[in-house]
Amino acid sequence: MKLVVASGKGGTGKTTVAANLAYALARSREVVTVDCDVEAPNLHLFFPSMAHELPARVPVPAVDPARCTLCGECGRFCRFGAISVLKTEVFFLPDLCHSCGGCRYVCPENAVRDEYRTVGSVRCARPSPSLTLIGGVLGEGEVQAPAVVRYAKRLAEGAPLIIYDAPPGIGCTVIETLKGADACLLVTESTPFGAHDLALAAEVARQLELPTGVVINRSDGDDRAIRQICRELGLPVLMTIPFDRSIATIQNRGGLISREHDGWRSRFAALFADACGLGGRA
Amino acid sequence: MKVCITAQAAGLDAPVEPRFARAPFFVFIETGTGEIHSVANALCGGPGGAGPRVVQFIAEYGADVLVTGQLGENADRAIHAARIPAYATTEEKTVGEALEAFRSGTLREIS
Repeated sequence: MKLVVASGKGGTGKTTVAANLAYALARSREVVTVDCDVEAPNLHLFFPSMAHELPARVPVPAVDPARCTLCGECGRFCRFGAISVLKTEVFFLPDLCHSCGGCRYVCPENAVRDEYRTVGSVRCARPSPSLTLIGGVLGEGEVQAPAVVRYAKRLAEGAPLIIYDAPPGIGCTVIETLKGADACLLVTESTPFGAHDLALAAEVARQLELPTGVVINRSDGDDRAIRQICRELGLPVLMTIPFDRSIATIQNRGGLISREHDGWRSRFAALFADACGLGGRA
Repeated sequence: MKVCITAQAAGLDAPVEPRFARAPFFVFIETGTGEIHSVANALCGGPGGAGPRVVQFIAEYGADVLVTGQLGENADRAIHAARIPAYATTEEKTVGEALEAFRSGTLREIS
């Protein structure tokens, strides 16, 4: 089962939900989490532990000047402007390269080969025998965040239960996170922004044909606007977390409500069962 | 010498376009013969990364000198790599006036 926790709006509680799910489920089975918010990873804060770090590398073109005839094919092909053929040289801007391999493919002289550039890293930790944390970290000044998400996800491949903590928004990194998942939980809050961005995120999940459920965090006890949107979009509300000082207190000292309260632990276990049910899985 | 001037429309009477890679037109003037070619910019409304692509385009078109308003960071690096000197003008000028200003040596080189 591959479950993504996403939101649209930032700061709604994606990581809170992902961390509590991971903790609750790791009591009885093996869990792998992937922090895909590579620009501001924070899932590891809930599970302090030593981490191994691996470089996240992407292929970029290296042009052999002995073979290159400056024909310009690669530059005309590259829609990102990463490779341009000028009068006397091939000019490469690594920041703009999306590692598609097109320049190598179209080169009639076979003058382009791959070389590898480090754009970030992936941290792996095992805070408990049944819980593995994998987290992507985009390098400072780098922009190819989806490549780091892809690499972090690849390291988790093969595990029977993977929980992905998505970045906020609905951009490339979120889509990269959602690709290949079985189901999606959208965490929202009872605010106009929460409602607005929930609808955007739900549309992305719909286009990717992902079974989707909603978690309302910091609930005002009524959540009229959010529930209205969920009804219109046909999204089930699977959990409601109240706007409650005692929850905030636990959260703010890096604690987990599912660790400190048996009731929340079973609620998160039930949330996972419901999320599995969304996709028609037992 | 072939001068490339970024323009809002075709021809010498068009106003200069201050943006480089998003210019609607490039007017190429061969100063020796006075021959003029106006070419629409296919990347005018395209996605990011237009700067270096447009540099490749004007280099292939044979531009020796560029006259524009300003260059983005990527375009600036590419135009230097292409060894095409770039000069700054303003949109108050027409392409013809900018050409005269370049010829009289009153335009500042973008470095």
